[in-house]
Amino acid sequence: MNHGTALLWKRRALSSLSATRRGLPKEKMSENGIMSRAKVLTIDTMNPTVKKVEYAVRGPIVQRAVELERELSEGMKKPFAEVIKANIGDAHAMGQQPITFFRQVLALCSYPELLSDSTFPEDAKSRACRILQSCGGNSMGAYSASQGIDSVRQDVARYIERRDGGVACDPDNIYLTTGASDGIVTMLKLLVCGEGTTRTGVMIPIPQYPLYSAALAELGAVQIDYFLNEEKCWSLDITELQRAVNEARQYCNPRALCIINPGNPTGQVQSRQCIEDVIRFAAKERLFLMADEVYQDNVYAEGCQFHSFKKVLFEMGPEYAETVELASFHSTSKCYMGECGFRGGYMEIINMDDEVKDQLTKLLSVRLCPPVPGQALMDLVVNPPQPGEPSYGSFIKERTATLSALAEKAKLTEQVLNTVQGISCNPVQGAMYSFPRITIPEKAVKEATEKGQQPDMFYCMKMLEETGICLVPGSGFGQKDGTYHFRMTILPPTDKLKILLNKVKEFHQRFTQQYS
Amino acid sequence: MTRLNGISHRGRVLTLDSMNPNVKRVEYAVRGPIVQRAVQIEKELKEGVKKPFTEVIKANIGDAHAMGQKPITFFRQVLALCSYPALLEDSKFPEDVKKRAQRILEACGGHSIGAYSTSQGIECIRQDVARYIEKRDGGIPSNPDNIYLSTGASDAIVTILKLLVCGEGRDRTGVMISIPQYPLYSAALADLGAVQINYYLDEDNCWSLNIAELRRALNAAREHCNPRVLCIINPGNPTGQVQSRQCIEDVIRFAKEEHLFLMADEVYQDNVYAEGCQFHSFKKVLFEMGPEYSNTVEMASFHSTSKCYMGECGFRGGYMEVINLDPEVKAQLIKLVSVRLCPPVPGQALLDLVVNPPQPDEPSYATFMTERTAVLSTLAEKARLTEQIFNTVPGITCNPVQGAMYTFPCITLPQKAIDKAKELGLVPDMFYCMRLLEEDGICLVPGSGFGQREGTYHFRMTILPPTDKLKVVLQKIREFHLRFTQEFS
Repeated sequence: MNHGTALLWKRRALSSLSATRRGLPKEKMSENGIMSRAKVLTIDTMNPTVKKVEYAVRGPIVQRAVELERELSEGMKKPFAEVIKANIGDAHAMGQQPITFFRQVLALCSYPELLSDSTFPEDAKSRACRILQSCGGNSMGAYSASQGIDSVRQDVARYIERRDGGVACDPDNIYLTTGASDGIVTMLKLLVCGEGTTRTGVMIPIPQYPLYSAALAELGAVQIDYFLNEEKCWSLDITELQRAVNEARQYCNPRALCIINPGNPTGQVQSRQCIEDVIRFAAKERLFLMADEVYQDNVYAEGCQFHSFKKVLFEMGPEYAETVELASFHSTSKCYMGECGFRGGYMEIINMDDEVKDQLTKLLSVRLCPPVPGQALMDLVVNPPQPGEPSYGSFIKERTATLSALAEKAKLTEQVLNTVQGISCNPVQGAMYSFPRITIPEKAVKEATEKGQQPDMFYCMKMLEETGICLVPGSGFGQKDGTYHFRMTILPPTDKLKILLNKVKEFHQRFTQQYS
Repeated sequence: MTRLNGISHRGRVLTLDSMNPNVKRVEYAVRGPIVQRAVQIEKELKEGVKKPFTEVIKANIGDAHAMGQKPITFFRQVLALCSYPALLEDSKFPEDVKKRAQRILEACGGHSIGAYSTSQGIECIRQDVARYIEKRDGGIPSNPDNIYLSTGASDAIVTILKLLVCGEGRDRTGVMISIPQYPLYSAALADLGAVQINYYLDEDNCWSLNIAELRRALNAAREHCNPRVLCIINPGNPTGQVQSRQCIEDVIRFAKEEHLFLMADEVYQDNVYAEGCQFHSFKKVLFEMGPEYSNTVEMASFHSTSKCYMGECGFRGGYMEVINLDPEVKAQLIKLVSVRLCPPVPGQALLDLVVNPPQPDEPSYATFMTERTAVLSTLAEKARLTEQIFNTVPGITCNPVQGAMYTFPCITLPQKAIDKAKELGLVPDMFYCMRLLEEDGICLVPGSGFGQREGTYHFRMTILPPTDKLKVVLQKIREFHLRFTQEFS
């Protein structure tokens, strides 16, 4: 080969190299002989951490449920007349009514001409006026400050103080958010740093609400599982926390501990002693505490009471109150309001470094502000009608009705499911779900595995196809190896719930029989 | 001091040194330091501190209602009915309002806007959005399946950028953005650790886009990253230029040649003022270029309820239309948005009204048109007024405000002022804007917050204050600029 040719070959090789380096994909010949190009954005060229994200609450089983609904509406015959979506904590979708007072104020805020309408009570009007006056141009259509409307944050702080027996709350530590999920993800984002064995590790309960695992996957943080104790009504065990953190220290840098109280999916309401122990543990192991308390009004069981992490922390004295870093989360989506669609929420931050606070404020400012209707709604939740106000009577009535119906349904659910051989259901102490343990026959486990499905997904899919009931398999939340569960909401109206529970019972018996 | 994991610990778990490094790189000038100072001054005024002015005018942010613009009556009536359906019995609401509200409620779980919607957004609203797009684009089909409702346009923009970012080192995804830009883009790229590739708009040609400049930027970028995305804002923010149809075609051609995912931020699509300018959606132009392009170019277009004639920023309503997205990627997108459950339902409802407003034969039509026309013509007037007045000031040159809601004039700063700024550790146009704030109570955003050619200085001011107030603001700025120039001569 002469020098010229070698040079030419080298030049060609370099130019093809630079074509690849330039990121231009190779042309490829397709089946019909036409040169086509791969897309810019494919499964191989997309963000790898997004691929690792899973969110079972709206995952494959729900997609199938939606398909079935479509088929039903197109007149296809099924062994059931409707699909019951007991997969998601969406109270209004299941027939729960909104609180009248809240919706009156929101209507007044949306269309202030209604302030001259005599059908609205005075307390609704005065709340609406107060909210509108805090809005730019007196309109809910203006952006608010990124941390949230000032007067709303003040009301949140007062609510927290009342709830916590007077323990002081600084409005400056309150951040309104787009649902609690937004606040949780933001905090996790701040916390994640490091590489390899110094990568941030975050402790989460198993079973957990899969927002946590999804956020950790997306952020590329390390998920550290600690198992709740099913035998002890899903209680939290400090020795288990210790085991988990010790093990994790070998391959990551554990920096945060997430608690959900009342629990999701498990419904347990932590005792005050347990909360103290967790705080002590977090202090000792230098962990940032994240307390997800969105179900704080959903407490049903005798002897159970909600204790906020903030209150317990402060009652433990300055050694803890002045040092432990804590973020607590609340939302308008649950409790007695059930206003999921408004995406209202807040977080209270305790003992956060001032420089980090500035970074947090800066980060939030990029998205401008949380939805103002949700902020307005949160204001009403923390500042509801008081005794002596015109709307007080109906408000209390509606609130009580909703919460007592939920308590009834919690008991009913536990009771009925425990009559089924092969299903064992812990008391639903709080929240909105039951997470019973199911025994799946070996034959079924085998068939599931052959199909490449988790056994409890296989079980739930069958239930969906045969009864139209959509639940979420326990594998979507995490569970001890070799155990199976499902999560079912207690939200359908009592009559419907009774039918549901019976169908689940019948299905389970049928299924067990089929695979015996 | 304790030691854990071989790392010594003093003080807090979460500090500046132990937090997410990407977050530290994020900046967002629209609500940055100058705004924080403005808020402080407002507080001082309230507490009775004497200032050379009686109020702070926040001309930093595109927030129409905060500046006195009124909401569209029809929209707010429907939202009130959706919030409190008992009002459906109320005779003072027109029939078309009731109909729209009923349709929205029927599409909600339990007929309540308090229920979660599907993660992609309420189906009938996505259908209405698709129909709106078809009408707007002269009949070019839009598939509701390609519509994703979002929490403002910002949410969707960040989501798409997130999907696109991958690779390490020299293979790291590079994203082309205009300079000047709306700083959501630079912030998102910093947060995601993607590579920002700047292409300069041409100030001498009314901020137009230059393909040669796109090519220059791209070629330079290929040395150090993997450019995969091209972002356009049309009409532009902060620059207000409305791209010609030819330009849009050229950009699409360029994106195809260079294998770039196109992101078209079109939130100001109704805000077009200048004679001879017209909004052409990227989607429409793409399809009019024929299947060679419309079957291949991957694109996402973004819209919002925050701008145009609605100005409903607080509702956080928006959507994106994705074109030619790989089906496997689509499945990933749906999975990703499902984690956050759904966009705010009031915002979805509002978007529905925006894309499905009163029609000529409906009771609310006349009022709707009057209100809409009033808002848009006032904005057009203020755009002209702003350009006119600024151009009478020696040392300020202002390109025509062809569209959007802002002016981005070029300001000449005396060398002494530049030196003084450096002494204070401030970027020169930040120094200028801070002075304006302290002396006149007018809050603008320095051009450095958006990007500009080295050695040039600008500020961004909104054209949103009511006309009378705007005239006063423009006068004050004129006087300030002359004073400032004098002081540092």
